[in-house]
Amino acid sequence: MDLLEYQGKELFARHGLPVPQGSHAATAEDAVTASDNLGYPVAVKAQVLIGGRGKAGGIKIAKDSAEAHEYAGEIIGMDIVGPHGEGPFKVHELWVEVGSDIESEFYASVILDRSAKKLMVMLSRMGGMDVEAIAASDPEALVKQHVDPIEGLSAVEAEQIVAQAKIPEEVAGQVAQVLIKLVEVAQAEDATLIEVNPLIVNADGEVVLLDAKVTIDGNALFRHPELGELPESADQDPQERMAKEKGLTYVSLDGNIGILGNGAGLCMSTLDVVAQAGGRPANFLDAGGGSKAEAIIDALEVITSNPEVSAILFNIFGGITRCDEVARGIIEATNKIGLELPLVVRLDGTNSEEGLALLAEAGLDNLHHEATMLGAAKKVVELAGN
Amino acid sequence: MSIIIDNDTKLVVSGLTGREGSFHGLRNKAYGTQLVAGVTPGKGGQDVEGTPIYDTIAESVQEAGANTSMIFVPAKFAAAAINEAIDSGVDTVIAITEGIPVMDMMPTYWKAREKGVRLIGPNCPGVLSPGKANVGIIPAQFFDQGRIGVVSKSGTLTYQIGNELKQAGEGNSTIVGIGGDPIVGSDFIDILTLFEADDETDMIVMVGEIGGDAEERAAEFIAAEISKPVVAYIAGFTAPPGKQMGHAGAIISGSSGTAKAKQEALEAKGVRVGESPTEAAQIAVETLRSL
Repeated sequence: MDLLEYQGKELFARHGLPVPQGSHAATAEDAVTASDNLGYPVAVKAQVLIGGRGKAGGIKIAKDSAEAHEYAGEIIGMDIVGPHGEGPFKVHELWVEVGSDIESEFYASVILDRSAKKLMVMLSRMGGMDVEAIAASDPEALVKQHVDPIEGLSAVEAEQIVAQAKIPEEVAGQVAQVLIKLVEVAQAEDATLIEVNPLIVNADGEVVLLDAKVTIDGNALFRHPELGELPESADQDPQERMAKEKGLTYVSLDGNIGILGNGAGLCMSTLDVVAQAGGRPANFLDAGGGSKAEAIIDALEVITSNPEVSAILFNIFGGITRCDEVARGIIEATNKIGLELPLVVRLDGTNSEEGLALLAEAGLDNLHHEATMLGAAKKVVELAGN
Repeated sequence: MSIIIDNDTKLVVSGLTGREGSFHGLRNKAYGTQLVAGVTPGKGGQDVEGTPIYDTIAESVQEAGANTSMIFVPAKFAAAAINEAIDSGVDTVIAITEGIPVMDMMPTYWKAREKGVRLIGPNCPGVLSPGKANVGIIPAQFFDQGRIGVVSKSGTLTYQIGNELKQAGEGNSTIVGIGGDPIVGSDFIDILTLFEADDETDMIVMVGEIGGDAEERAAEFIAAEISKPVVAYIAGFTAPPGKQMGHAGAIISGSSGTAKAKQEALEAKGVRVGESPTEAAQIAVETLRSL
């Protein structure tokens, strides 16, 4: 789960890390009230889950109430496209914070290094630009250090990283403290990524975390109930929201072929095979292991709520999942929601004969059975049209 | 010989008194696996259909001779259960549980390495050596005994490929589901090493998916260390960047970790990569028959 900047900063503040004082705002009026309280200048910052907000006009410095109102009005409702064409992300909320006089900008992060099975700390004295750009322009300027999984990051190690990154001596101690705390935050809050860019030194010589990009391990939310209750921050599409409410693993794509598979791997493979057959998948939907009839009904409701969908492919290989349960779900859902879209079904594995017999008995006009995954992909592409 | 599990496997199941644990544990027993014990703290002395329950895994090792532990404990408590297994004296721990926080798995991974205990999973379907033993949730009916080793990040995709091999008349020495989580106990390289040394395995099918760089590292390793033919399949070519697709591991950010990058890395080292599960199975059958 990705946190918005202000959610990340609130997390930092709880762990005693220095962040600028600020306030959350959902309207231009709220933003002005908050700015007046904070004192000018303030930074008015779009809260979206994408980098490159500054370049896209989503961050502005206001020097009085009139400017705060003007900028907040401009930014709320703005569509922000990411540096690699991601999005657009519509801005629904703002973070207004005390403006900082930036003397210098660094880069700091803690990420889970899957290959090494350890956390990795990265630090560079060149902040403010993409880490990719830092790494490309001067690889030596980006210091990387793995963290002992049991002991954490020691003060000595932190000081070594800071020295190696050639952080000016006046602030070296503060930066080392920030690194130690960031590792603690990662471990305590189950963060698999924490990126602070920029980490600044202000005019008073204080090190401040000016931005926050934090990803929390979704599997660990049970021990962070306060994070689980955060307002839904992503600019979610209606199907993804609906699927989440029903407890389904669903990802929206931009095609016209609805896909349902069981197991993440098989479902991804189904998307690939449909694309190879010339089709465009509308979604990824993993009905999961042991899918019961109700889960199938929920899944079909989500898929068919997308008006782009013109045909649906069911690709089921039953292991724990029983194909007769899936067939029952298909039949019930078809009757319940009056499904008329063409439905291509491939059922293999546990109880597939019983499942296929149920489908044959039901005599659904819109249903097409295919014996293989490739055959089913070709058929659904043919039926979906463009 | 097969790898990891065989006729000598003596299985203890943590969570055998639970619904999932008893269903799959007893299914493994029905397949022919020697199920010697179950473990549930506080329920020592009871039994599940004749299989004795102990309070701790260590007791099951001492009293029932368990050498392989299967973990079917809910995610919140699973890392602690794996840690207990690592300390208990078993050689192998197979963790089926999904949804374990990665910060729990990190120290557990290192603990297993340090103690020299083989950890498979978590979030995996387990291990099947057809005709010998089944530990986990892999449906054995879709696999025959044979000469092809399979190692995979994905469950259902493995069943798909195994079934295609079976229909083509070929079978498997062992099928290993390593799991799709960001940190798993054994990765492709560990399992490839075991298959290379196994005299019942003539070739290997490797099933990967987007995320991480385990496939890329495996490609390097295959070129340097594996003499047996390897055929691969990678899922997730159409996955959009930055979106998570089910498995915690199956997320791609930017260019590294994409299916295409993995395919190219493998092909550059002479590993043939099937475009679909069907094609991967066909290539595997061709390869095996040309040996």
